Amino acid sequence: MKTFVYIDHFKGEVQPGSWEALGLAKTFGAATALVFGSAVEDVAKAAFEYGADEVLLADDPVLLDYRAEPYASTLSALASSSTPDLILFPTTTRTRELAAMSALDLNSNVITDATAVEINSDTIFVTRPIYEAKLFEKVTASARPQLITLRGRAFPKPEQEAGRTGTITKVEAKTEALSSVEGYSVAEVGVSLNDAGVIVSGGRGVSNNPSLQPPAGMDDKQAEVWRAQQGFKLVGELASVLGGAVGASRAAVDAGYIPYSNQVGQTGKVVAPDLYIAAGISGAIQHLAGIRSAKMVVAINKDADAPIFKVARYGVVGDLFVILPALTEAFKKKLGK
Amino acid sequence: MKIIACIKQVPDSEAKVRAEGGKISWGDAPLVINPFDEYAVEGALQQKEATSGTVTALCIGPESAKEALKHALAMGADDAILVSDPALNEIDTVGAARVLAAAIQKIGGVDMVVFGRQTLDSGSGLTPAQTARVLGWPMLGLAGQIKVEDGSVTVERVIEEGRQIVKAKSPVVISVVQSIGEPRYPSFMGIRKASKAEIPIWSLNDLGVSAPAPIVTRTELMNPPARDTNVEIITGESPADIADKLADKIIAEKVL
Repeated sequence: MKTFVYIDHFKGEVQPGSWEALGLAKTFGAATALVFGSAVEDVAKAAFEYGADEVLLADDPVLLDYRAEPYASTLSALASSSTPDLILFPTTTRTRELAAMSALDLNSNVITDATAVEINSDTIFVTRPIYEAKLFEKVTASARPQLITLRGRAFPKPEQEAGRTGTITKVEAKTEALSSVEGYSVAEVGVSLNDAGVIVSGGRGVSNNPSLQPPAGMDDKQAEVWRAQQGFKLVGELASVLGGAVGASRAAVDAGYIPYSNQVGQTGKVVAPDLYIAAGISGAIQHLAGIRSAKMVVAINKDADAPIFKVARYGVVGDLFVILPALTEAFKKKLGK
Repeated sequence: MKIIACIKQVPDSEAKVRAEGGKISWGDAPLVINPFDEYAVEGALQQKEATSGTVTALCIGPESAKEALKHALAMGADDAILVSDPALNEIDTVGAARVLAAAIQKIGGVDMVVFGRQTLDSGSGLTPAQTARVLGWPMLGLAGQIKVEDGSVTVERVIEEGRQIVKAKSPVVISVVQSIGEPRYPSFMGIRKASKAEIPIWSLNDLGVSAPAPIVTRTELMNPPARDTNVEIITGESPADIADKLADKIIAEKVL
Protein backbone atom coordinates (compact mmCIF):
# COMPACT_ATOMS: atom_id res chain seq x y z
CA MET A 1 0.00 0.00 0.00
CA LYS A 2 1.57 3.26 -1.08
CA THR A 3 0.77 5.60 1.78
CA PHE A 4 1.09 9.36 2.15
CA VAL A 5 0.81 10.99 5.55
CA TYR A 6 -0.10 14.64 5.78
CA ILE A 7 1.76 16.35 8.62
CA ASP A 8 -0.50 19.05 10.04
CA HIS A 9 1.16 21.96 11.80
CA PHE A 10 0.50 25.52 12.87
CA LYS A 11 3.50 27.79 12.32
CA GLY A 12 5.76 24.77 12.63
CA GLU A 13 4.02 23.35 15.73
CA VAL A 14 2.98 19.86 14.65
CA GLN A 15 -0.41 18.48 15.72
CA PRO A 16 0.62 15.28 17.55
CA GLY A 17 -2.00 13.26 15.67
CA SER A 18 0.27 13.61 12.63
CA TRP A 19 2.81 11.29 14.26
CA GLU A 20 0.06 8.83 15.15
CA ALA A 21 -0.86 8.80 11.44
CA LEU A 22 2.77 8.20 10.54
CA GLY A 23 2.86 5.29 12.98
CA LEU A 24 -0.19 3.73 11.37
CA ALA A 25 1.21 4.22 7.87
CA LYS A 26 4.34 2.32 8.84
CA THR A 27 2.25 -0.75 9.63
CA PHE A 28 1.25 -0.80 5.93
CA GLY A 29 4.82 -0.45 4.59
CA ALA A 30 6.93 2.57 3.73
CA ALA A 31 5.51 5.97 4.61
CA THR A 32 5.86 9.21 2.71
CA ALA A 33 5.28 12.34 4.78
CA LEU A 34 3.86 15.48 3.17
CA VAL A 35 4.96 18.78 4.67
CA PHE A 36 3.44 22.02 3.38
CA GLY A 37 4.30 25.51 4.57
CA SER A 38 6.97 28.17 4.42
CA ALA A 39 10.39 27.56 5.98
CA VAL A 40 9.27 24.26 7.49
CA GLU A 41 12.39 22.13 7.05
CA ASP A 42 12.30 21.47 10.81
CA VAL A 43 8.89 19.83 10.46
CA ALA A 44 10.32 17.64 7.69
CA LYS A 45 13.25 16.69 9.93
CA ALA A 46 10.90 15.77 12.76
CA ALA A 47 8.88 13.60 10.35
CA PHE A 48 11.96 11.42 9.76
CA GLU A 49 12.46 11.07 13.50
CA TYR A 50 8.89 9.78 13.81
CA GLY A 51 9.38 7.21 11.07
CA ALA A 52 8.90 8.85 7.66
CA ASP A 53 10.92 7.11 4.94
CA GLU A 54 10.66 10.05 2.58
CA VAL A 55 9.39 13.63 2.84
CA LEU A 56 7.73 15.56 0.05
CA LEU A 57 8.14 19.21 0.92
CA ALA A 58 6.11 22.04 -0.59
CA ASP A 59 7.89 25.08 0.79
CA ASP A 60 6.56 28.37 -0.53
CA PRO A 61 5.84 31.79 1.01
CA VAL A 62 2.22 31.48 -0.21
CA LEU A 63 1.83 28.48 2.08
CA LEU A 64 3.01 30.43 5.15
CA ASP A 65 -0.55 30.73 6.42
CA TYR A 66 -2.84 27.75 6.05
CA ARG A 67 -5.64 28.40 3.58
CA ALA A 68 -7.77 25.57 2.29
CA GLU A 69 -7.53 26.26 -1.44
CA PRO A 70 -3.78 26.39 -2.14
CA TYR A 71 -3.14 23.57 0.34
CA ALA A 72 -5.81 21.38 -1.27
CA SER A 73 -4.57 22.12 -4.78
CA THR A 74 -0.98 21.32 -3.79
CA LEU A 75 -2.11 18.01 -2.32
CA SER A 76 -4.32 17.16 -5.31
CA ALA A 77 -1.51 17.81 -7.80
CA LEU A 78 0.88 15.69 -5.78
CA ALA A 79 -1.59 12.82 -5.40
CA SER A 80 -2.46 12.91 -9.11
CA SER A 81 1.16 12.54 -10.17
CA SER A 82 2.36 10.10 -7.48
CA THR A 83 -0.84 7.98 -7.23
CA PRO A 84 -0.76 6.83 -3.59
CA ASP A 85 -3.38 4.30 -2.46
CA LEU A 86 -3.92 5.95 0.86
CA ILE A 87 -3.54 9.45 2.28
CA LEU A 88 -3.71 9.64 6.06
CA PHE A 89 -4.30 12.79 8.12
CA PRO A 90 -4.78 13.59 11.78
CA THR A 91 -8.31 14.99 12.24
CA THR A 92 -7.88 18.75 12.73
CA THR A 93 -9.71 21.91 11.71
CA ARG A 94 -7.37 22.23 8.74
CA THR A 95 -7.20 18.66 7.50
CA ARG A 96 -10.97 18.12 7.49
CA GLU A 97 -11.21 20.99 5.01
CA LEU A 98 -8.25 20.36 2.79
CA ALA A 99 -8.89 16.62 2.62
CA ALA A 100 -12.53 17.33 1.72
CA MET A 101 -11.50 19.56 -1.18
CA SER A 102 -8.69 17.40 -2.40
CA ALA A 103 -10.90 14.30 -2.37
CA LEU A 104 -13.32 16.10 -4.64
CA ASP A 105 -10.47 16.97 -7.03
CA LEU A 106 -9.32 13.34 -7.02
CA ASN A 107 -12.80 11.82 -7.58
CA SER A 108 -12.49 10.17 -4.21
CA ASN A 109 -13.81 10.98 -0.75
CA VAL A 110 -12.69 11.22 2.85
CA ILE A 111 -13.41 8.90 5.74
CA THR A 112 -13.15 11.06 8.86
CA ASP A 113 -12.46 10.29 12.52
CA ALA A 114 -11.19 6.77 11.93
CA THR A 115 -10.70 4.72 15.08
CA ALA A 116 -9.46 1.61 13.25
CA VAL A 117 -8.04 0.99 9.76
CA GLU A 118 -7.60 -2.54 8.39
CA ILE A 119 -6.33 -3.58 5.01
CA ASN A 120 -7.45 -6.95 3.76
CA SER A 121 -6.04 -7.98 0.38
CA ASP A 122 -6.05 -4.40 -0.90
CA THR A 123 -9.51 -3.58 0.44
CA ILE A 124 -9.53 -0.83 3.05
CA PHE A 125 -11.93 -1.08 6.00
CA VAL A 126 -12.31 1.82 8.37
CA THR A 127 -14.20 2.00 11.65
CA ARG A 128 -15.54 5.39 12.72
CA PRO A 129 -18.03 6.80 15.22
CA ILE A 130 -21.35 8.20 14.01
CA TYR A 131 -24.30 9.80 15.81
CA GLU A 132 -22.05 11.50 18.37
CA ALA A 133 -20.27 8.18 18.99
CA LYS A 134 -23.53 6.51 20.01
CA LEU A 135 -22.81 4.07 17.14
CA PHE A 136 -19.85 2.91 15.10
CA GLU A 137 -19.83 2.02 11.43
CA LYS A 138 -17.37 0.05 9.37
CA VAL A 139 -16.99 1.44 5.86
CA THR A 140 -15.06 0.55 2.76
CA ALA A 141 -14.02 2.67 -0.18
CA SER A 142 -13.86 1.97 -3.86
CA ALA A 143 -11.72 4.88 -5.03
CA ARG A 144 -7.97 5.43 -4.91
CA PRO A 145 -6.42 7.29 -3.32
CA GLN A 146 -8.60 6.92 -0.26
CA LEU A 147 -8.29 9.82 2.15
CA ILE A 148 -8.68 9.03 5.85
CA THR A 149 -8.50 11.38 8.84
CA LEU A 150 -7.66 9.60 12.10
CA ARG A 151 -9.22 10.36 15.41
CA GLY A 152 -6.77 11.72 17.97
CA ARG A 153 -5.30 9.10 20.34
CA ALA A 154 -6.99 6.22 18.53
CA PHE A 155 -3.59 5.02 17.24
CA PRO A 156 -0.32 4.79 19.16
CA LYS A 157 2.23 7.54 18.75
CA PRO A 158 5.56 6.13 17.52
CA GLU A 159 8.73 6.68 19.55
CA GLN A 160 10.84 9.57 18.36
CA GLU A 161 14.20 8.39 17.09
CA ALA A 162 16.55 11.35 17.41
CA GLY A 163 18.90 11.90 14.50
CA ARG A 164 17.03 9.60 12.08
CA THR A 165 17.12 11.24 8.64
CA GLY A 166 16.06 10.66 5.06
CA THR A 167 15.66 12.30 1.70
CA ILE A 168 13.60 15.44 1.30
CA THR A 169 12.14 15.95 -2.15
CA LYS A 170 10.95 19.46 -2.95
CA VAL A 171 7.60 19.58 -4.72
CA GLU A 172 5.72 22.38 -6.37
CA ALA A 173 3.27 24.45 -4.35
CA LYS A 174 0.02 25.52 -6.00
CA THR A 175 -0.34 29.12 -5.09
CA GLU A 176 -3.75 30.31 -6.29
CA ALA A 177 -5.48 31.56 -3.14
CA LEU A 178 -9.07 32.76 -2.76
CA SER A 179 -8.66 34.37 0.65
CA SER A 180 -6.16 36.35 2.68
CA VAL A 181 -5.16 35.88 6.30
CA GLU A 182 -5.47 39.16 8.18
CA GLY A 183 -4.12 37.98 11.50
CA TYR A 184 -4.36 35.68 14.46
CA SER A 185 -5.37 35.79 18.04
CA VAL A 186 -3.66 32.78 19.44
CA ALA A 187 -5.26 31.54 22.62
CA GLU A 188 -3.45 30.19 25.62
CA VAL A 189 -4.83 26.74 25.04
CA GLY A 190 -2.64 24.67 27.33
CA VAL A 191 -3.20 20.99 26.67
CA SER A 192 -5.74 20.41 23.89
CA LEU A 193 -8.71 18.16 24.62
CA ASN A 194 -8.01 16.09 21.52
CA ASP A 195 -4.53 15.12 22.59
CA ALA A 196 -4.99 15.00 26.34
CA GLY A 197 -4.16 11.85 28.27
CA VAL A 198 -6.06 13.27 31.23
CA ILE A 199 -9.12 15.51 31.16
CA VAL A 200 -10.74 17.09 34.18
CA SER A 201 -14.19 18.45 33.34
CA GLY A 202 -16.63 20.65 35.18
CA GLY A 203 -20.37 20.88 34.75
CA ARG A 204 -23.18 23.05 35.93
CA GLY A 205 -22.33 21.98 39.49
CA VAL A 206 -19.19 24.14 39.56
CA SER A 207 -21.29 27.27 40.17
CA ASN A 208 -23.08 25.67 43.09
CA ASN A 209 -20.99 26.98 45.96
CA PRO A 210 -23.16 29.41 47.94
CA SER A 211 -20.45 29.94 50.55
CA LEU A 212 -18.38 31.93 48.03
CA GLN A 213 -19.07 35.65 48.34
CA PRO A 214 -18.92 37.38 44.92
CA PRO A 215 -17.49 40.91 44.67
CA ALA A 216 -20.02 43.68 45.36
CA GLY A 217 -22.05 45.12 42.51
CA MET A 218 -22.69 41.89 40.58
CA ASP A 219 -26.20 40.92 39.56
CA ASP A 220 -27.37 37.34 40.09
CA LYS A 221 -26.17 36.08 36.71
CA GLN A 222 -22.76 37.72 37.08
CA ALA A 223 -22.44 36.25 40.55
CA GLU A 224 -23.31 32.80 39.22
CA VAL A 225 -20.69 33.03 36.47
CA TRP A 226 -18.16 34.36 38.96
CA ARG A 227 -18.86 31.43 41.30
CA ALA A 228 -18.52 29.01 38.38
CA GLN A 229 -15.18 30.53 37.42
CA GLN A 230 -13.92 29.94 40.96
CA GLY A 231 -15.12 26.35 40.56
CA PHE A 232 -13.31 25.97 37.24
CA LYS A 233 -10.14 27.23 38.93
CA LEU A 234 -10.28 24.12 41.11
CA VAL A 235 -10.89 21.99 38.01
CA GLY A 236 -7.91 23.67 36.32
CA GLU A 237 -5.63 23.14 39.31
CA LEU A 238 -6.30 19.40 39.35
CA ALA A 239 -5.85 19.24 35.56
CA SER A 240 -2.57 21.09 35.87
CA VAL A 241 -1.16 18.72 38.51
CA LEU A 242 -2.08 15.78 36.28
CA GLY A 243 -0.73 17.44 33.13
CA GLY A 244 -4.19 17.31 31.64
CA ALA A 245 -6.73 19.47 29.86
CA VAL A 246 -9.84 21.22 31.15
CA GLY A 247 -13.18 20.14 29.74
CA ALA A 248 -16.77 21.16 30.37
CA SER A 249 -20.30 19.94 29.89
CA ARG A 250 -22.67 21.66 27.52
CA ALA A 251 -24.64 22.98 30.50
CA ALA A 252 -21.54 24.79 31.78
CA VAL A 253 -20.74 26.19 28.32
CA ASP A 254 -24.32 27.31 27.68
CA ALA A 255 -24.42 29.03 31.05
CA GLY A 256 -21.39 31.06 29.96
CA TYR A 257 -19.00 29.63 32.56
CA ILE A 258 -16.29 28.60 30.10
CA PRO A 259 -15.68 28.95 26.33
CA TYR A 260 -17.21 26.55 23.85
CA SER A 261 -13.78 25.23 22.87
CA ASN A 262 -13.72 23.35 26.19
CA GLN A 263 -16.99 21.51 25.56
CA VAL A 264 -17.01 17.73 25.59
CA GLY A 265 -19.88 15.75 24.08
CA GLN A 266 -22.83 16.88 21.93
CA THR A 267 -21.88 19.61 19.48
CA GLY A 268 -18.57 19.60 21.30
CA LYS A 269 -15.62 17.26 21.18
CA VAL A 270 -15.49 13.50 21.30
CA VAL A 271 -12.46 12.74 23.46
CA ALA A 272 -10.37 9.69 24.23
CA PRO A 273 -8.21 10.32 27.32
CA ASP A 274 -6.83 7.58 29.55
CA LEU A 275 -8.44 9.28 32.54
CA TYR A 276 -11.56 11.45 32.55
CA ILE A 277 -12.54 13.12 35.82
CA ALA A 278 -16.06 14.59 35.77
CA ALA A 279 -16.83 17.09 38.51
CA GLY A 280 -20.36 18.35 38.96
CA ILE A 281 -21.46 16.76 35.66
CA SER A 282 -24.68 14.77 35.86
CA GLY A 283 -24.03 12.92 32.58
CA ALA A 284 -26.48 13.73 29.79
CA ILE A 285 -26.61 11.07 27.06
CA GLN A 286 -24.63 13.30 24.68
CA HIS A 287 -21.91 13.91 27.25
CA LEU A 288 -21.63 10.19 27.95
CA ALA A 289 -21.32 9.50 24.21
CA GLY A 290 -18.53 12.09 23.99
CA ILE A 291 -16.46 10.32 26.66
CA ARG A 292 -17.15 6.75 25.59
CA SER A 293 -13.59 6.25 24.40
CA ALA A 294 -12.10 7.37 27.71
CA LYS A 295 -10.23 4.45 29.28
CA MET A 296 -11.38 5.30 32.79
CA VAL A 297 -13.97 7.70 34.16
CA VAL A 298 -13.98 9.09 37.68
CA ALA A 299 -17.09 10.97 38.81
CA ILE A 300 -17.50 13.47 41.61
CA ASN A 301 -21.09 14.52 42.17
CA LYS A 302 -23.40 15.46 45.03
CA ASP A 303 -26.21 13.40 43.53
CA ALA A 304 -25.65 9.67 44.03
CA ASP A 305 -28.23 8.96 41.31
CA ALA A 306 -26.48 11.04 38.62
CA PRO A 307 -26.13 8.99 35.38
CA ILE A 308 -22.39 9.78 35.24
CA PHE A 309 -21.84 7.15 37.96
CA LYS A 310 -23.15 4.49 35.57
CA VAL A 311 -20.07 4.89 33.35
CA ALA A 312 -17.58 5.64 36.12
CA ARG A 313 -15.01 3.22 37.52
CA TYR A 314 -14.62 5.25 40.70
CA GLY A 315 -17.01 7.74 42.20
CA VAL A 316 -17.21 10.15 45.07
CA VAL A 317 -20.62 11.27 46.24
CA GLY A 318 -19.75 14.64 47.66
CA ASP A 319 -19.06 18.32 47.27
CA LEU A 320 -16.63 19.01 44.45
CA PHE A 321 -15.48 22.21 46.15
CA VAL A 322 -14.08 20.09 48.97
CA ILE A 323 -13.06 16.98 47.04
CA LEU A 324 -11.25 18.63 44.11
CA PRO A 325 -8.75 20.62 46.19
CA ALA A 326 -8.16 17.59 48.42
CA LEU A 327 -7.52 15.47 45.35
CA THR A 328 -5.15 18.08 43.92
CA GLU A 329 -3.19 18.05 47.20
CA ALA A 330 -3.14 14.25 47.32
CA PHE A 331 -1.75 13.99 43.76
CA LYS A 332 0.80 16.74 44.43
CA LYS A 333 2.17 14.68 47.29
CA LYS A 334 2.00 11.30 45.58
CA LEU A 335 3.37 12.45 42.25
CA GLY A 336 6.09 14.49 43.93
CA LYS A 337 4.98 17.84 42.51
CA MET B 1 -26.95 40.24 0.56
CA LYS B 2 -28.51 37.06 -0.73
CA ILE B 3 -27.74 34.38 1.80
CA ILE B 4 -28.39 30.63 1.72
CA ALA B 5 -28.47 28.60 4.93
CA CYS B 6 -27.90 24.90 4.24
CA ILE B 7 -29.53 22.60 6.75
CA LYS B 8 -30.19 18.93 7.33
CA GLN B 9 -32.72 16.96 9.35
CA VAL B 10 -31.39 14.48 11.91
CA PRO B 11 -32.67 12.47 14.89
CA ASP B 12 -32.85 14.53 18.04
CA SER B 13 -29.64 14.62 20.05
CA GLU B 14 -31.46 13.15 23.09
CA ALA B 15 -32.31 10.03 21.06
CA LYS B 16 -30.96 6.67 22.14
CA VAL B 17 -29.50 5.66 18.80
CA ARG B 18 -28.91 1.92 18.42
CA ALA B 19 -27.93 -0.56 15.73
CA GLU B 20 -30.78 -3.01 15.30
CA GLY B 21 -30.64 -5.70 12.65
CA GLY B 22 -28.00 -3.80 10.70
CA LYS B 23 -30.15 -0.66 10.63
CA ILE B 24 -29.96 2.55 12.62
CA SER B 25 -32.82 2.96 15.06
CA TRP B 26 -33.60 6.07 17.09
CA GLY B 27 -36.82 4.74 18.60
CA ASP B 28 -39.61 7.27 18.66
CA ALA B 29 -37.27 10.25 19.01
CA PRO B 30 -38.31 13.12 16.74
CA LEU B 31 -36.40 14.26 13.67
CA VAL B 32 -35.22 17.84 14.10
CA ILE B 33 -33.07 20.43 12.38
CA ASN B 34 -29.42 19.44 12.88
CA PRO B 35 -28.39 21.40 16.02
CA PHE B 36 -25.23 22.72 14.31
CA ASP B 37 -27.41 24.04 11.48
CA GLU B 38 -29.47 26.12 13.89
CA TYR B 39 -26.24 28.07 14.36
CA ALA B 40 -25.95 28.34 10.57
CA VAL B 41 -29.45 29.82 10.37
CA GLU B 42 -28.60 32.16 13.26
CA GLY B 43 -25.39 33.28 11.52
CA ALA B 44 -27.27 33.80 8.26
CA LEU B 45 -29.99 35.83 9.98
CA GLN B 46 -27.38 38.05 11.67
CA GLN B 47 -25.94 38.87 8.23
CA LYS B 48 -29.41 39.38 6.78
CA GLU B 49 -30.02 41.99 9.48
CA ALA B 50 -26.60 43.60 9.06
CA THR B 51 -26.93 43.92 5.27
CA SER B 52 -30.71 44.20 4.74
CA GLY B 53 -30.49 40.93 2.89
CA THR B 54 -32.54 37.76 2.52
CA VAL B 55 -32.09 34.23 3.81
CA THR B 56 -33.17 31.12 1.93
CA ALA B 57 -33.03 27.83 3.81
CA LEU B 58 -31.93 24.91 1.63
CA CYS B 59 -32.18 21.24 2.51
CA ILE B 60 -31.68 17.85 0.86
CA GLY B 61 -34.00 15.23 2.29
CA PRO B 62 -37.31 13.41 2.09
CA GLU B 63 -40.63 15.28 2.11
CA SER B 64 -40.67 15.08 5.92
CA ALA B 65 -37.54 17.26 6.03
CA LYS B 66 -39.86 20.19 5.34
CA GLU B 67 -40.28 20.32 9.12
CA ALA B 68 -36.61 21.26 9.51
CA LEU B 69 -37.04 23.97 6.86
CA LYS B 70 -40.10 25.26 8.71
CA HIS B 71 -37.97 25.63 11.82
CA ALA B 72 -35.58 27.83 9.82
CA LEU B 73 -38.54 29.83 8.48
CA ALA B 74 -39.91 30.25 12.00
CA MET B 75 -36.53 31.55 13.13
CA GLY B 76 -36.74 34.21 10.42
CA ALA B 77 -35.62 32.81 7.06
CA ASP B 78 -37.49 34.43 4.15
CA ASP B 79 -38.07 31.30 2.13
CA ALA B 80 -37.10 27.65 1.88
CA ILE B 81 -36.35 25.06 -0.78
CA LEU B 82 -36.31 21.28 -0.40
CA VAL B 83 -34.28 19.17 -2.80
CA SER B 84 -35.87 15.75 -2.77
CA ASP B 85 -35.43 12.79 -5.04
CA PRO B 86 -35.42 9.03 -4.41
CA ALA B 87 -32.02 8.89 -6.12
CA LEU B 88 -30.58 10.98 -3.27
CA ASN B 89 -31.09 8.37 -0.55
CA GLU B 90 -27.60 6.88 -0.87
CA ILE B 91 -25.44 9.91 -1.68
CA ASP B 92 -22.28 10.68 0.26
CA THR B 93 -20.85 14.14 1.02
CA VAL B 94 -19.45 14.60 -2.48
CA GLY B 95 -22.89 13.87 -3.90
CA ALA B 96 -24.53 16.26 -1.44
CA ALA B 97 -22.01 18.97 -2.34
CA ARG B 98 -22.66 18.60 -6.07
CA VAL B 99 -26.42 18.71 -5.59
CA LEU B 100 -26.29 21.69 -3.19
CA ALA B 101 -23.96 23.55 -5.54
CA ALA B 102 -26.39 22.95 -8.42
CA ALA B 103 -29.28 24.25 -6.29
CA ILE B 104 -27.27 27.32 -5.23
CA GLN B 105 -26.48 28.05 -8.87
CA LYS B 106 -30.11 27.61 -9.84
CA ILE B 107 -31.17 30.07 -7.12
CA GLY B 108 -28.64 32.48 -8.62
CA GLY B 109 -27.09 35.75 -7.44
CA VAL B 110 -26.07 34.23 -4.12
CA ASP B 111 -23.49 36.16 -2.06
CA MET B 112 -23.03 33.86 0.92
CA VAL B 113 -23.74 30.22 1.78
CA VAL B 114 -23.75 29.30 5.47
CA PHE B 115 -23.41 25.75 6.84
CA GLY B 116 -23.21 24.33 10.34
CA ARG B 117 -19.84 22.82 10.99
CA GLN B 118 -21.07 19.20 10.80
CA THR B 119 -24.16 17.06 11.16
CA LEU B 120 -25.02 14.97 14.20
CA ASP B 121 -25.59 11.82 12.16
CA SER B 122 -22.52 11.10 10.04
CA GLY B 123 -20.58 13.96 11.56
CA SER B 124 -17.91 14.05 8.90
CA GLY B 125 -18.12 17.83 8.35
CA LEU B 126 -16.95 17.53 4.74
CA THR B 127 -19.91 18.96 2.82
CA PRO B 128 -19.24 22.69 3.36
CA ALA B 129 -15.70 22.60 1.94
CA GLN B 130 -16.74 20.26 -0.87
CA THR B 131 -19.61 22.55 -1.84
CA ALA B 132 -17.20 25.49 -1.90
CA ARG B 133 -14.85 23.47 -4.09
CA VAL B 134 -17.60 22.59 -6.58
CA LEU B 135 -18.68 26.23 -6.76
CA GLY B 136 -15.09 27.48 -6.93
CA TRP B 137 -15.86 29.93 -4.12
CA PRO B 138 -13.61 30.69 -1.15
CA MET B 139 -14.20 28.52 1.93
CA LEU B 140 -14.26 30.38 5.22
CA GLY B 141 -14.55 27.47 7.61
CA LEU B 142 -15.42 27.28 11.32
CA ALA B 143 -16.34 30.94 11.67
CA GLY B 144 -17.06 32.17 15.17
CA GLN B 145 -17.75 35.66 13.87
CA ILE B 146 -18.66 37.09 10.44
CA LYS B 147 -18.28 40.65 9.19
CA VAL B 148 -19.34 41.94 5.77
CA GLU B 149 -17.79 45.10 4.34
CA ASP B 150 -17.62 46.43 0.77
CA GLY B 151 -18.25 43.09 -0.87
CA SER B 152 -15.70 41.34 1.33
CA VAL B 153 -16.40 38.88 4.08
CA THR B 154 -14.09 38.56 7.08
CA VAL B 155 -14.44 35.72 9.55
CA GLU B 156 -12.75 34.77 12.78
CA ARG B 157 -12.02 31.14 12.28
CA VAL B 158 -11.85 29.05 15.44
CA ILE B 159 -8.89 26.66 15.19
CA GLU B 160 -7.00 24.48 17.67
CA GLU B 161 -4.47 27.20 18.35
CA GLY B 162 -6.86 30.13 18.75
CA ARG B 163 -8.43 32.28 16.06
CA GLN B 164 -7.37 32.96 12.48
CA ILE B 165 -8.84 36.04 10.81
CA VAL B 166 -9.51 35.34 7.13
CA LYS B 167 -10.94 37.60 4.46
CA ALA B 168 -12.35 36.85 1.01
CA LYS B 169 -14.48 38.47 -1.67
CA SER B 170 -18.05 37.28 -1.89
CA PRO B 171 -19.58 34.99 -2.98
CA VAL B 172 -18.23 32.81 -0.18
CA VAL B 173 -19.08 29.57 1.61
CA ILE B 174 -18.94 29.74 5.40
CA SER B 175 -19.29 27.11 8.08
CA VAL B 176 -20.05 28.37 11.57
CA VAL B 177 -19.29 27.18 15.08
CA GLN B 178 -21.23 27.86 18.25
CA SER B 179 -19.42 31.12 19.05
CA ILE B 180 -21.57 32.72 16.34
CA GLY B 181 -24.26 33.12 19.03
CA GLU B 182 -27.14 31.15 20.49
CA PRO B 183 -29.77 30.39 17.84
CA ARG B 184 -32.82 32.58 18.37
CA TYR B 185 -36.11 30.99 19.35
CA PRO B 186 -38.80 31.01 16.69
CA SER B 187 -41.22 33.87 17.33
CA PHE B 188 -44.98 33.33 17.49
CA MET B 189 -45.35 35.25 14.21
CA GLY B 190 -42.53 33.21 12.71
CA ILE B 191 -44.18 29.93 13.62
CA ARG B 192 -47.47 31.11 12.10
CA LYS B 193 -45.73 32.17 8.92
CA ALA B 194 -43.80 28.90 8.72
CA SER B 195 -46.89 26.76 9.19
CA LYS B 196 -48.51 28.39 6.18
CA ALA B 197 -45.42 28.44 3.98
CA GLU B 198 -45.45 26.63 0.65
CA ILE B 199 -42.06 24.98 0.31
CA PRO B 200 -41.08 24.17 -3.29
CA ILE B 201 -39.54 20.77 -3.98
CA TRP B 202 -36.79 20.50 -6.57
CA SER B 203 -35.90 17.16 -8.10
CA LEU B 204 -32.56 16.21 -9.64
CA ASN B 205 -34.23 16.73 -13.00
CA ASP B 206 -35.02 20.33 -12.03
CA LEU B 207 -31.36 20.83 -11.16
CA GLY B 208 -30.04 19.07 -14.25
CA VAL B 209 -27.66 16.88 -12.26
CA SER B 210 -27.53 13.19 -11.49
CA ALA B 211 -26.81 11.64 -8.11
CA PRO B 212 -23.19 10.51 -8.01
CA ALA B 213 -22.70 7.01 -6.63
CA PRO B 214 -21.19 7.05 -3.15
CA ILE B 215 -17.49 6.24 -2.96
CA VAL B 216 -17.62 5.18 0.66
CA THR B 217 -20.10 2.46 1.60
CA ARG B 218 -21.03 0.95 4.95
CA THR B 219 -20.34 -2.73 5.49
CA GLU B 220 -21.23 -3.02 9.16
CA LEU B 221 -23.00 -1.14 11.93
CA MET B 222 -21.95 -1.66 15.53
CA ASN B 223 -23.13 -0.62 18.94
CA PRO B 224 -20.25 0.67 21.03
CA PRO B 225 -18.70 -1.86 23.38
CA ALA B 226 -20.41 -1.89 26.77
CA ARG B 227 -18.42 -0.27 29.51
CA ASP B 228 -17.52 -2.03 32.72
CA THR B 229 -20.17 -0.27 34.75
CA ASN B 230 -19.38 -1.38 38.28
CA VAL B 231 -18.65 1.88 39.97
CA GLU B 232 -16.75 1.77 43.21
CA ILE B 233 -17.82 4.61 45.45
CA ILE B 234 -14.92 5.88 47.52
CA THR B 235 -15.83 6.90 51.05
CA GLY B 236 -13.71 8.04 53.96
CA GLU B 237 -13.48 9.88 57.25
CA SER B 238 -12.62 13.21 55.69
CA PRO B 239 -12.26 14.78 52.24
CA ALA B 240 -8.49 14.36 52.60
CA ASP B 241 -8.96 10.68 53.40
CA ILE B 242 -11.28 10.18 50.40
CA ALA B 243 -8.89 12.06 48.13
CA ASP B 244 -5.97 10.01 49.39
CA LYS B 245 -7.74 6.70 48.67
CA LEU B 246 -9.01 7.87 45.28
CA ALA B 247 -5.57 9.11 44.21
CA ASP B 248 -4.05 5.73 45.17
CA LYS B 249 -6.70 3.88 43.16
CA ILE B 250 -6.15 6.08 40.11
CA ILE B 251 -2.37 5.74 40.31
CA ALA B 252 -2.72 1.94 40.63
CA GLU B 253 -4.82 1.87 37.42
CA LYS B 254 -1.82 3.29 35.50
CA VAL B 255 -3.90 5.81 33.60
CA LEU B 256 -1.64 8.75 34.42
